Amino acid sequence: MNVFFLILAALTIVGTAAAMALRSAIHCILALTIGLVGLAALYLLLGAQFVGFTQILVYVGAVAILAVFAIMMTQGASAPTQPILSSSWLTGVSVAVAIFAVLAWAIHSTASTQTSLPQPEVSVNQIGAALMHQFVLPLEIMGLLLTAALIGAVILAMPEKKETL
Amino acid sequence: MTPDTIDQIFVISKHWLLGYLPSSLQPVASAILSVVPVLLVFPLLFAITTVLERKGLGRIQNRYGPNRVGPFGFSQPIADGIKSLTKEDVIPRNADQIVHFLAPLLLVLAAFLAYAVLPIGRNMVITNLNAGVLFFFAIGSMVELAVFMAGWSSRSKYSLLGAMRAVAQMISYEIPLVLASIVIIMMSGSLSTVDIVNLQSGYTSIWPHWFVFTPWGFAGFLLFMVAATAESNRSPFDLPEGESEIIAGYYIEYSGFKFALFFLGEYLGMFATSGLAITLFLGGWSAPFSFLTWIPSYFWFFAKLLVLIAVFIWVRGTFPRLRMDQLMNLAWKFMLPMSLLNIFTAGVWHFMPAGIVRWLVCIALLVAPCFLLSRVLKQGKKLQIRTYRFAE
Repeated sequence: MNVFFLILAALTIVGTAAAMALRSAIHCILALTIGLVGLAALYLLLGAQFVGFTQILVYVGAVAILAVFAIMMTQGASAPTQPILSSSWLTGVSVAVAIFAVLAWAIHSTASTQTSLPQPEVSVNQIGAALMHQFVLPLEIMGLLLTAALIGAVILAMPEKKETL
Repeated sequence: MTPDTIDQIFVISKHWLLGYLPSSLQPVASAILSVVPVLLVFPLLFAITTVLERKGLGRIQNRYGPNRVGPFGFSQPIADGIKSLTKEDVIPRNADQIVHFLAPLLLVLAAFLAYAVLPIGRNMVITNLNAGVLFFFAIGSMVELAVFMAGWSSRSKYSLLGAMRAVAQMISYEIPLVLASIVIIMMSGSLSTVDIVNLQSGYTSIWPHWFVFTPWGFAGFLLFMVAATAESNRSPFDLPEGESEIIAGYYIEYSGFKFALFFLGEYLGMFATSGLAITLFLGGWSAPFSFLTWIPSYFWFFAKLLVLIAVFIWVRGTFPRLRMDQLMNLAWKFMLPMSLLNIFTAGVWHFMPAGIVRWLVCIALLVAPCFLLSRVLKQGKKLQIRTYRFAE
Protein backbone atom coordinates (compact mmCIF):
# COMPACT_ATOMS: atom_id res chain seq x y z
CA MET A 1 0.00 0.00 0.00
CA ASN A 2 1.73 3.12 -1.11
CA VAL A 3 1.15 6.75 -0.22
CA PHE A 4 -0.67 7.56 -3.45
CA PHE A 5 -3.22 4.85 -2.87
CA LEU A 6 -3.90 6.09 0.65
CA ILE A 7 -4.31 9.71 -0.51
CA LEU A 8 -6.64 8.74 -3.35
CA ALA A 9 -8.65 6.36 -1.20
CA ALA A 10 -9.09 9.09 1.42
CA LEU A 11 -10.13 11.54 -1.31
CA THR A 12 -12.70 9.11 -2.71
CA ILE A 13 -14.16 8.27 0.70
CA VAL A 14 -14.27 11.90 1.86
CA GLY A 15 -15.87 12.96 -1.42
CA THR A 16 -18.60 10.35 -1.38
CA ALA A 17 -19.24 10.84 2.34
CA ALA A 18 -19.57 14.58 1.80
CA ALA A 19 -21.99 13.87 -1.06
CA MET A 20 -24.30 12.29 1.51
CA ALA A 21 -23.71 14.77 4.35
CA LEU A 22 -23.82 18.19 2.69
CA ARG A 23 -26.99 20.27 2.76
CA SER A 24 -27.15 21.90 -0.65
CA ALA A 25 -27.90 19.53 -3.55
CA ILE A 26 -25.37 21.23 -5.82
CA HIS A 27 -22.67 20.84 -3.16
CA CYS A 28 -23.54 17.15 -2.98
CA ILE A 29 -23.05 16.77 -6.73
CA LEU A 30 -19.71 18.58 -6.59
CA ALA A 31 -18.57 16.42 -3.67
CA LEU A 32 -19.67 13.30 -5.55
CA THR A 33 -17.59 14.49 -8.50
CA ILE A 34 -14.53 14.59 -6.24
CA GLY A 35 -15.25 11.01 -5.25
CA LEU A 36 -15.63 9.94 -8.89
CA VAL A 37 -12.37 11.65 -9.87
CA GLY A 38 -10.66 9.89 -6.97
CA LEU A 39 -12.01 6.58 -8.26
CA ALA A 40 -10.73 7.40 -11.77
CA ALA A 41 -7.31 8.17 -10.29
CA LEU A 42 -7.38 4.80 -8.50
CA TYR A 43 -8.02 3.09 -11.86
CA LEU A 44 -5.06 4.98 -13.31
CA LEU A 45 -2.93 3.87 -10.38
CA LEU A 46 -3.77 0.27 -11.32
CA GLY A 47 -2.59 0.96 -14.89
CA ALA A 48 -6.05 0.94 -16.44
CA GLN A 49 -5.78 4.11 -18.52
CA PHE A 50 -8.83 3.50 -20.67
CA VAL A 51 -11.17 2.84 -17.76
CA GLY A 52 -9.75 5.77 -15.79
CA PHE A 53 -10.16 8.36 -18.54
CA THR A 54 -13.55 7.01 -19.57
CA GLN A 55 -14.63 7.29 -15.94
CA ILE A 56 -13.75 11.01 -15.98
CA LEU A 57 -15.27 11.55 -19.42
CA VAL A 58 -18.56 9.84 -18.59
CA TYR A 59 -19.08 10.59 -14.92
CA VAL A 60 -17.59 14.08 -14.64
CA GLY A 61 -18.33 15.23 -18.18
CA ALA A 62 -21.80 13.77 -18.57
CA VAL A 63 -23.40 12.36 -15.42
CA ALA A 64 -22.40 15.20 -13.08
CA ILE A 65 -23.47 17.82 -15.64
CA LEU A 66 -26.78 16.00 -16.19
CA ALA A 67 -27.43 15.87 -12.45
CA VAL A 68 -26.58 19.54 -12.11
CA PHE A 69 -28.95 20.44 -14.94
CA ALA A 70 -31.71 18.32 -13.46
CA ILE A 71 -31.37 20.03 -10.08
CA MET A 72 -31.28 23.50 -11.61
CA MET A 73 -34.36 22.85 -13.74
CA THR A 74 -36.52 21.23 -11.08
CA GLN A 75 -35.88 22.90 -7.73
CA GLY A 76 -34.30 25.96 -6.20
CA ALA A 77 -30.75 25.74 -5.04
CA SER A 78 -31.74 26.66 -1.48
CA ALA A 79 -30.86 24.17 1.24
CA PRO A 80 -33.66 21.89 2.46
CA THR A 81 -35.12 22.50 5.90
CA GLN A 82 -35.61 18.94 7.15
CA PRO A 83 -32.93 17.42 9.45
CA ILE A 84 -29.91 15.85 7.78
CA LEU A 85 -30.51 12.40 9.27
CA SER A 86 -33.70 10.73 8.13
CA SER A 87 -35.87 9.04 10.75
CA SER A 88 -34.95 5.57 9.49
CA TRP A 89 -31.19 6.14 9.57
CA LEU A 90 -30.62 3.20 11.92
CA THR A 91 -32.14 0.72 9.44
CA GLY A 92 -30.18 2.24 6.58
CA VAL A 93 -26.88 2.04 8.44
CA SER A 94 -27.48 -1.57 9.47
CA VAL A 95 -28.34 -2.61 5.89
CA ALA A 96 -25.23 -0.84 4.59
CA VAL A 97 -23.01 -2.46 7.22
CA ALA A 98 -24.50 -5.89 6.47
CA ILE A 99 -23.87 -5.51 2.70
CA PHE A 100 -20.33 -4.29 3.36
CA ALA A 101 -19.67 -7.23 5.68
CA VAL A 102 -20.93 -9.76 3.11
CA LEU A 103 -18.88 -8.20 0.31
CA ALA A 104 -15.76 -7.95 2.47
CA TRP A 105 -16.16 -11.56 3.56
CA ALA A 106 -16.64 -12.71 -0.05
CA ILE A 107 -13.57 -10.82 -1.24
CA HIS A 108 -11.49 -11.95 1.70
CA SER A 109 -12.34 -15.61 1.24
CA THR A 110 -11.41 -15.62 -2.46
CA ALA A 111 -8.41 -13.31 -2.32
CA SER A 112 -5.93 -16.04 -1.40
CA THR A 113 -6.37 -17.87 -4.72
CA GLN A 114 -6.19 -14.71 -6.83
CA THR A 115 -2.97 -13.11 -5.59
CA SER A 116 -0.62 -15.42 -7.52
CA LEU A 117 -2.01 -14.39 -10.94
CA PRO A 118 0.27 -12.10 -12.97
CA GLN A 119 -1.05 -8.60 -13.54
CA PRO A 120 -2.40 -8.48 -17.12
CA GLU A 121 -1.08 -5.73 -19.38
CA VAL A 122 -4.12 -4.48 -21.27
CA SER A 123 -3.58 -1.67 -23.74
CA VAL A 124 -6.26 0.49 -25.32
CA ASN A 125 -5.54 -1.30 -28.60
CA GLN A 126 -6.57 -4.63 -27.13
CA ILE A 127 -9.75 -3.20 -25.63
CA GLY A 128 -10.67 -1.70 -29.00
CA ALA A 129 -9.94 -4.95 -30.83
CA ALA A 130 -11.99 -6.96 -28.34
CA LEU A 131 -14.93 -4.55 -28.66
CA MET A 132 -14.81 -4.62 -32.45
CA HIS A 133 -14.30 -8.36 -32.94
CA GLN A 134 -15.30 -10.55 -30.02
CA PHE A 135 -17.96 -8.33 -28.44
CA VAL A 136 -19.24 -6.53 -31.53
CA LEU A 137 -22.81 -7.83 -31.14
CA PRO A 138 -23.29 -6.65 -27.54
CA LEU A 139 -21.73 -3.33 -28.55
CA GLU A 140 -24.17 -2.93 -31.44
CA ILE A 141 -27.13 -3.85 -29.25
CA MET A 142 -26.08 -1.27 -26.69
CA GLY A 143 -25.71 1.30 -29.45
CA LEU A 144 -29.22 0.50 -30.69
CA LEU A 145 -30.60 0.79 -27.17
CA LEU A 146 -28.96 4.19 -26.66
CA THR A 147 -30.19 5.42 -30.05
CA ALA A 148 -33.72 4.34 -29.16
CA ALA A 149 -33.43 6.21 -25.87
CA LEU A 150 -32.16 9.29 -27.71
CA ILE A 151 -35.05 9.21 -30.20
CA GLY A 152 -37.48 8.74 -27.31
CA ALA A 153 -36.07 11.80 -25.56
CA VAL A 154 -36.40 13.86 -28.74
CA ILE A 155 -40.03 12.75 -29.20
CA LEU A 156 -40.81 13.70 -25.59
CA ALA A 157 -39.23 17.09 -26.07
CA MET A 158 -40.91 17.84 -29.41
CA PRO A 159 -43.66 20.46 -29.30
CA GLU A 160 -47.13 18.91 -29.47
CA LYS A 161 -48.57 20.63 -32.50
CA LYS A 162 -52.10 19.20 -32.30
CA GLU A 163 -52.84 20.74 -28.93
CA THR A 164 -51.52 24.16 -29.76
CA LEU A 165 -53.48 24.45 -33.00
CA MET B 1 25.95 22.71 -34.22
CA THR B 2 24.04 20.48 -36.60
CA PRO B 3 20.34 21.08 -37.26
CA ASP B 4 19.63 17.91 -35.33
CA THR B 5 21.33 19.29 -32.21
CA ILE B 6 19.36 22.53 -32.44
CA ASP B 7 16.18 20.51 -32.89
CA GLN B 8 16.89 18.44 -29.79
CA ILE B 9 18.55 21.22 -27.76
CA PHE B 10 15.87 21.27 -25.04
CA VAL B 11 15.86 17.49 -24.72
CA ILE B 12 19.68 17.38 -24.57
CA SER B 13 19.91 20.19 -22.03
CA LYS B 14 17.29 18.49 -19.87
CA HIS B 15 19.29 15.27 -19.82
CA TRP B 16 22.47 17.24 -19.13
CA LEU B 17 20.84 18.92 -16.14
CA LEU B 18 19.45 15.60 -14.89
CA GLY B 19 22.95 14.12 -15.01
CA TYR B 20 23.98 16.32 -12.08
CA LEU B 21 21.27 14.97 -9.80
CA PRO B 22 21.28 11.79 -7.71
CA SER B 23 19.24 9.03 -9.34
CA SER B 24 16.63 9.06 -6.57
CA LEU B 25 15.66 12.65 -7.45
CA GLN B 26 15.71 12.17 -11.20
CA PRO B 27 12.05 11.16 -11.85
CA VAL B 28 10.75 14.16 -9.90
CA ALA B 29 13.30 16.55 -11.43
CA SER B 30 12.52 15.22 -14.92
CA ALA B 31 8.82 15.89 -14.42
CA ILE B 32 9.50 19.40 -13.10
CA LEU B 33 11.84 20.18 -15.99
CA SER B 34 9.16 19.08 -18.48
CA VAL B 35 6.25 20.86 -16.83
CA VAL B 36 7.79 24.24 -15.92
CA PRO B 37 8.58 25.32 -19.52
CA VAL B 38 4.95 24.61 -20.51
CA LEU B 39 3.76 26.61 -17.51
CA LEU B 40 5.94 29.51 -18.65
CA VAL B 41 5.64 29.43 -22.44
CA PHE B 42 1.88 29.16 -22.84
CA PRO B 43 0.91 31.98 -20.42
CA LEU B 44 3.54 34.09 -22.22
CA LEU B 45 1.87 33.19 -25.50
CA PHE B 46 -1.44 34.19 -23.89
CA ALA B 47 0.02 37.60 -23.04
CA ILE B 48 1.28 38.11 -26.59
CA THR B 49 -2.00 36.88 -28.06
CA THR B 50 -4.07 39.39 -26.09
CA VAL B 51 -2.10 42.24 -27.68
CA LEU B 52 -2.14 40.68 -31.14
CA GLU B 53 -5.87 40.02 -30.88
CA ARG B 54 -6.68 43.55 -29.79
CA LYS B 55 -4.47 45.00 -32.48
CA GLY B 56 -5.90 42.67 -35.13
CA LEU B 57 -9.48 43.37 -34.13
CA GLY B 58 -8.65 47.07 -34.09
CA ARG B 59 -7.38 46.91 -37.65
CA ILE B 60 -10.49 45.03 -38.76
CA GLN B 61 -12.65 47.67 -37.09
CA ASN B 62 -10.69 50.62 -38.49
CA ARG B 63 -8.90 51.70 -35.34
CA TYR B 64 -5.41 51.35 -33.90
CA GLY B 65 -5.80 49.04 -30.93
CA PRO B 66 -3.42 49.30 -27.94
CA ASN B 67 -0.39 51.46 -28.80
CA ARG B 68 0.44 53.38 -25.60
CA VAL B 69 2.33 50.99 -23.29
CA GLY B 70 5.84 50.06 -24.45
CA PRO B 71 6.95 49.73 -28.08
CA PHE B 72 3.89 49.44 -30.35
CA GLY B 73 1.76 48.70 -27.28
CA PHE B 74 3.38 45.32 -26.69
CA SER B 75 3.83 45.91 -22.95
CA GLN B 76 0.07 46.15 -22.58
CA PRO B 77 -0.22 42.67 -20.93
CA ILE B 78 2.16 43.80 -18.14
CA ALA B 79 -0.01 46.82 -17.48
CA ASP B 80 -3.13 44.64 -17.59
CA GLY B 81 -1.53 42.16 -15.18
CA ILE B 82 -0.62 44.89 -12.68
CA LYS B 83 -4.11 46.33 -12.99
CA SER B 84 -5.85 43.02 -12.32
CA LEU B 85 -3.50 42.25 -9.39
CA THR B 86 -4.15 45.55 -7.67
CA LYS B 87 -7.91 45.52 -8.19
CA GLU B 88 -10.15 44.72 -5.27
CA ASP B 89 -11.33 41.12 -5.20
CA VAL B 90 -15.09 41.55 -4.94
CA ILE B 91 -17.12 38.51 -3.86
CA PRO B 92 -20.92 38.91 -3.84
CA ARG B 93 -22.37 38.67 -0.33
CA ASN B 94 -24.78 35.91 -1.34
CA ALA B 95 -22.20 33.97 -3.30
CA ASP B 96 -21.21 30.46 -2.38
CA GLN B 97 -17.76 31.42 -1.10
CA ILE B 98 -15.92 28.11 -1.54
CA VAL B 99 -17.31 27.17 -4.94
CA HIS B 100 -16.87 30.77 -6.12
CA PHE B 101 -13.21 30.58 -5.13
CA LEU B 102 -12.57 27.12 -6.60
CA ALA B 103 -14.18 27.65 -10.03
CA PRO B 104 -11.40 29.75 -11.69
CA LEU B 105 -8.73 27.50 -10.19
CA LEU B 106 -10.38 24.36 -11.61
CA LEU B 107 -10.74 26.03 -15.00
CA VAL B 108 -7.04 26.96 -15.22
CA LEU B 109 -6.00 23.59 -13.81
CA ALA B 110 -8.01 21.72 -16.44
CA ALA B 111 -6.66 23.99 -19.18
CA PHE B 112 -3.06 23.33 -18.12
CA LEU B 113 -3.57 19.58 -17.72
CA ALA B 114 -4.53 19.28 -21.38
CA TYR B 115 -0.96 20.22 -22.39
CA ALA B 116 0.36 17.02 -20.82
CA VAL B 117 -0.24 15.03 -24.01
CA LEU B 118 0.54 17.65 -26.68
CA PRO B 119 3.80 16.94 -28.54
CA ILE B 120 5.29 20.40 -29.10
CA GLY B 121 8.42 19.09 -30.80
CA ARG B 122 10.28 15.92 -31.67
CA ASN B 123 10.66 13.99 -28.36
CA MET B 124 9.09 16.98 -26.60
CA VAL B 125 5.94 15.80 -24.85
CA ILE B 126 5.30 15.71 -21.10
CA THR B 127 3.81 12.21 -21.08
CA ASN B 128 3.24 9.89 -24.01
CA LEU B 129 0.03 8.30 -22.78
CA ASN B 130 -1.35 5.17 -24.39
CA ALA B 131 -4.77 6.89 -24.45
CA GLY B 132 -3.56 10.45 -25.00
CA VAL B 133 -6.48 11.75 -27.08
CA LEU B 134 -8.94 10.24 -24.61
CA PHE B 135 -7.11 12.00 -21.78
CA PHE B 136 -7.41 15.29 -23.64
CA PHE B 137 -11.17 15.00 -24.00
CA ALA B 138 -11.62 13.74 -20.43
CA ILE B 139 -9.81 16.80 -19.12
CA GLY B 140 -11.79 19.02 -21.49
CA SER B 141 -15.01 17.82 -19.90
CA MET B 142 -13.84 19.18 -16.54
CA VAL B 143 -13.95 22.70 -17.99
CA GLU B 144 -17.74 22.46 -18.23
CA LEU B 145 -17.97 21.73 -14.53
CA ALA B 146 -15.74 24.71 -13.74
CA VAL B 147 -17.90 26.98 -15.89
CA PHE B 148 -21.03 25.73 -14.18
CA MET B 149 -19.48 26.21 -10.73
CA ALA B 150 -18.60 29.81 -11.61
CA GLY B 151 -22.05 30.61 -12.91
CA TRP B 152 -24.00 28.92 -10.15
CA SER B 153 -21.94 30.07 -7.17
CA SER B 154 -22.21 33.76 -8.12
CA ARG B 155 -25.94 33.75 -7.31
CA SER B 156 -26.65 36.11 -10.15
CA LYS B 157 -29.21 35.62 -12.90
CA TYR B 158 -26.82 36.71 -15.61
CA SER B 159 -24.14 34.34 -14.36
CA LEU B 160 -26.54 31.42 -14.21
CA LEU B 161 -27.90 32.16 -17.70
CA GLY B 162 -24.36 32.39 -19.04
CA ALA B 163 -23.38 29.12 -17.36
CA MET B 164 -26.47 27.33 -18.72
CA ARG B 165 -25.73 28.57 -22.21
CA ALA B 166 -22.05 27.68 -21.91
CA VAL B 167 -22.65 24.16 -20.63
CA ALA B 168 -25.37 23.43 -23.22
CA GLN B 169 -23.13 24.73 -25.99
CA MET B 170 -20.04 22.84 -24.81
CA ILE B 171 -21.93 19.54 -24.46
CA SER B 172 -23.43 19.96 -27.95
CA TYR B 173 -20.18 20.79 -29.68
CA GLU B 174 -18.14 18.19 -27.83
CA ILE B 175 -19.88 15.53 -29.94
CA PRO B 176 -18.74 16.82 -33.38
CA LEU B 177 -15.34 17.58 -31.85
CA VAL B 178 -14.85 14.00 -30.69
CA LEU B 179 -16.42 12.46 -33.82
CA ALA B 180 -14.12 14.53 -36.03
CA SER B 181 -11.12 13.22 -34.07
CA ILE B 182 -12.36 9.63 -34.21
CA VAL B 183 -11.65 9.60 -37.95
CA ILE B 184 -7.97 10.24 -37.25
CA ILE B 185 -7.90 7.63 -34.49
CA MET B 186 -9.52 5.12 -36.88
CA MET B 187 -7.05 5.76 -39.67
CA SER B 188 -3.94 5.90 -37.52
CA GLY B 189 -4.98 3.04 -35.25
CA SER B 190 -3.67 4.77 -32.16
CA LEU B 191 -4.89 7.03 -29.36
CA SER B 192 -1.38 8.22 -28.57
CA THR B 193 -0.69 11.77 -29.79
CA VAL B 194 2.99 10.97 -30.34
CA ASP B 195 2.17 8.02 -32.62
CA ILE B 196 -0.34 10.11 -34.59
CA VAL B 197 2.29 12.79 -35.26
CA ASN B 198 4.94 10.21 -36.18
CA LEU B 199 2.57 8.69 -38.75
CA GLN B 200 2.25 12.09 -40.44
CA SER B 201 5.95 12.99 -40.49
CA GLY B 202 6.83 11.29 -43.80
CA TYR B 203 7.03 12.93 -47.24
CA THR B 204 6.10 12.02 -50.83
CA SER B 205 8.65 14.01 -52.89
CA ILE B 206 8.30 17.36 -51.09
CA TRP B 207 4.70 17.01 -49.86
CA PRO B 208 3.98 15.97 -46.27
CA HIS B 209 1.68 13.11 -45.23
CA TRP B 210 -0.59 15.29 -43.12
CA PHE B 211 -4.08 13.95 -42.57
CA VAL B 212 -5.57 17.26 -43.64
CA PHE B 213 -4.55 16.48 -47.23
CA THR B 214 -7.16 13.71 -47.59
CA PRO B 215 -10.91 14.20 -48.15
CA TRP B 216 -11.87 12.84 -44.71
CA GLY B 217 -9.00 14.68 -43.05
CA PHE B 218 -9.95 18.00 -44.60
CA ALA B 219 -13.63 17.61 -43.71
CA GLY B 220 -12.63 16.47 -40.23
CA PHE B 221 -10.33 19.47 -39.84
CA LEU B 222 -13.08 21.93 -40.77
CA LEU B 223 -15.57 20.25 -38.42
CA PHE B 224 -12.97 20.13 -35.68
CA MET B 225 -12.08 23.81 -36.00
CA VAL B 226 -15.73 24.94 -35.95
CA ALA B 227 -16.41 22.76 -32.91
CA ALA B 228 -13.19 24.00 -31.29
CA THR B 229 -14.29 27.61 -31.75
CA ALA B 230 -17.57 26.78 -30.04
CA GLU B 231 -15.83 24.80 -27.30
CA SER B 232 -13.60 27.73 -26.42
CA ASN B 233 -16.64 30.07 -26.34
CA ARG B 234 -15.17 32.36 -28.96
CA SER B 235 -17.01 34.56 -31.39
CA PRO B 236 -19.19 33.77 -33.38
CA PHE B 237 -20.14 31.22 -30.70
CA ASP B 238 -19.70 33.58 -27.75
CA LEU B 239 -23.31 33.45 -26.55
CA PRO B 240 -22.30 32.42 -23.02
CA GLU B 241 -20.62 35.78 -22.59
CA GLY B 242 -22.62 37.84 -25.08
CA GLU B 243 -21.86 41.35 -23.85
CA SER B 244 -25.00 42.91 -25.23
CA GLU B 245 -27.33 40.33 -23.64
CA ILE B 246 -25.87 38.95 -20.44
CA ILE B 247 -22.88 41.27 -19.97
CA ALA B 248 -20.12 38.72 -19.44
CA GLY B 249 -21.96 35.51 -18.70
CA TYR B 250 -20.65 33.15 -16.08
CA TYR B 251 -17.74 35.30 -14.91
CA ILE B 252 -19.61 38.55 -14.48
CA GLU B 253 -19.27 38.41 -10.67
CA TYR B 254 -15.51 37.95 -10.75
CA SER B 255 -13.09 40.82 -10.47
CA GLY B 256 -9.38 41.42 -10.28
CA PHE B 257 -7.11 38.46 -10.63
CA LYS B 258 -9.86 35.82 -10.68
CA PHE B 259 -11.27 37.52 -13.78
CA ALA B 260 -7.79 37.35 -15.30
CA LEU B 261 -7.69 33.64 -14.46
CA PHE B 262 -10.89 33.08 -16.43
CA PHE B 263 -9.38 34.94 -19.33
CA LEU B 264 -6.20 32.87 -19.04
CA GLY B 265 -8.14 29.61 -18.81
CA GLU B 266 -10.18 30.46 -21.87
CA TYR B 267 -7.15 31.27 -23.99
CA LEU B 268 -5.19 28.29 -22.71
CA GLY B 269 -8.14 26.10 -23.68
CA MET B 270 -8.14 27.64 -27.14
CA PHE B 271 -4.38 27.04 -27.54
CA ALA B 272 -4.75 23.46 -26.31
CA THR B 273 -7.58 22.63 -28.74
CA SER B 274 -5.64 24.29 -31.55
CA GLY B 275 -2.62 22.25 -30.48
CA LEU B 276 -4.71 19.09 -30.71
CA ALA B 277 -5.96 20.14 -34.16
CA ILE B 278 -2.32 20.59 -35.22
CA THR B 279 -1.43 17.20 -33.74
CA LEU B 280 -4.31 15.36 -35.36
CA PHE B 281 -4.62 17.05 -38.75
CA LEU B 282 -1.67 19.33 -39.46
CA GLY B 283 1.19 16.94 -38.77
CA GLY B 284 2.15 18.22 -35.31
CA TRP B 285 5.75 19.41 -35.29
CA SER B 286 6.61 18.18 -38.79
CA ALA B 287 7.71 20.68 -41.44
CA PRO B 288 5.32 21.54 -44.30
CA PHE B 289 7.91 20.68 -47.00
CA SER B 290 10.65 18.08 -46.95
CA PHE B 291 13.35 20.69 -47.72
CA LEU B 292 12.39 22.65 -44.61
CA THR B 293 13.09 19.86 -42.11
CA TRP B 294 16.32 21.58 -40.98
CA ILE B 295 14.22 24.15 -39.11
CA PRO B 296 13.63 22.89 -35.53
CA SER B 297 10.42 20.97 -34.89
CA TYR B 298 9.18 23.21 -32.05
CA PHE B 299 9.37 26.19 -34.40
CA TRP B 300 6.85 24.51 -36.71
CA PHE B 301 4.48 23.67 -33.88
CA PHE B 302 4.37 27.26 -32.68
CA ALA B 303 4.23 28.63 -36.24
CA LYS B 304 1.14 26.50 -36.92
CA LEU B 305 -0.33 27.51 -33.56
CA LEU B 306 0.12 31.21 -34.38
CA VAL B 307 -1.49 30.71 -37.79
CA LEU B 308 -4.51 29.07 -36.16
CA ILE B 309 -4.69 31.88 -33.58
CA ALA B 310 -4.62 34.40 -36.44
CA VAL B 311 -7.56 32.55 -38.03
CA PHE B 312 -9.43 32.66 -34.70
CA ILE B 313 -8.87 36.43 -34.46
CA TRP B 314 -9.92 36.91 -38.08
CA VAL B 315 -13.12 34.90 -37.53
CA ARG B 316 -13.87 36.85 -34.36
CA GLY B 317 -13.56 40.13 -36.19
CA THR B 318 -15.65 39.00 -39.17
CA PHE B 319 -18.70 36.99 -38.15
CA PRO B 320 -21.76 38.17 -36.20
CA ARG B 321 -22.84 36.21 -33.13
CA LEU B 322 -25.20 33.28 -33.67
CA ARG B 323 -28.59 33.01 -32.01
CA MET B 324 -29.19 30.15 -29.56
CA ASP B 325 -31.44 28.18 -31.96
CA GLN B 326 -29.01 28.70 -34.85
CA LEU B 327 -26.21 27.47 -32.62
CA MET B 328 -28.03 24.28 -31.66
CA ASN B 329 -29.28 23.68 -35.21
CA LEU B 330 -25.75 23.95 -36.55
CA ALA B 331 -24.45 21.45 -34.01
CA TRP B 332 -27.18 18.84 -34.14
CA LYS B 333 -28.61 19.12 -37.64
CA PHE B 334 -25.51 19.87 -39.67
CA MET B 335 -22.27 19.05 -37.85
CA LEU B 336 -23.40 15.80 -36.23
CA PRO B 337 -24.64 14.17 -39.49
CA MET B 338 -21.61 15.45 -41.37
CA SER B 339 -19.16 14.07 -38.82
CA LEU B 340 -20.93 10.68 -38.84
CA LEU B 341 -20.75 10.72 -42.63
CA ASN B 342 -17.07 11.60 -42.39
CA ILE B 343 -16.45 8.47 -40.34
CA PHE B 344 -18.18 6.43 -43.04
CA THR B 345 -16.10 8.14 -45.74
CA ALA B 346 -12.91 7.32 -43.87
CA GLY B 347 -14.00 3.66 -43.83
CA VAL B 348 -14.63 3.72 -47.60
CA TRP B 349 -11.23 5.34 -48.14
CA HIS B 350 -9.57 2.63 -46.07
CA PHE B 351 -11.08 -0.26 -48.03
CA MET B 352 -10.76 1.16 -51.56
CA PRO B 353 -7.55 0.68 -53.55
CA ALA B 354 -5.30 3.74 -53.71
CA GLY B 355 -5.72 5.95 -56.75
CA ILE B 356 -7.73 8.77 -58.28
CA VAL B 357 -11.05 6.84 -58.04
CA ARG B 358 -10.77 6.72 -54.26
CA TRP B 359 -10.31 10.48 -54.15
CA LEU B 360 -13.32 11.17 -56.38
CA VAL B 361 -15.61 8.76 -54.53
CA CYS B 362 -14.68 10.15 -51.12
CA ILE B 363 -15.00 13.79 -52.21
CA ALA B 364 -18.40 13.04 -53.76
CA LEU B 365 -19.46 11.22 -50.58
CA LEU B 366 -18.75 14.36 -48.56
CA VAL B 367 -19.62 17.24 -50.88
CA ALA B 368 -22.97 15.98 -52.22
CA PRO B 369 -24.58 15.31 -48.78
CA CYS B 370 -23.13 18.58 -47.46
CA PHE B 371 -24.78 20.46 -50.32
CA LEU B 372 -28.10 18.59 -49.98
CA LEU B 373 -28.16 18.97 -46.22
CA SER B 374 -27.61 22.72 -46.43
CA ARG B 375 -30.40 23.01 -49.01
CA VAL B 376 -32.81 21.07 -46.80
CA LEU B 377 -31.92 23.12 -43.73
CA LYS B 378 -32.35 26.34 -45.68
CA GLN B 379 -35.88 25.42 -46.80
CA GLY B 380 -38.64 27.61 -45.48
CA LYS B 381 -36.25 30.24 -44.22
CA LYS B 382 -36.29 33.65 -45.78
CA LEU B 383 -32.62 34.44 -46.16
CA GLN B 384 -31.70 37.66 -47.84
CA ILE B 385 -29.09 40.32 -47.63
CA ARG B 386 -29.85 42.65 -44.76
CA THR B 387 -29.43 46.34 -45.09
CA TYR B 388 -28.90 48.45 -42.02
CA ARG B 389 -30.61 51.74 -42.66
CA PHE B 390 -28.89 53.70 -39.92
CA ALA B 391 -25.43 52.21 -40.24
CA GLU B 392 -24.77 53.00 -43.85
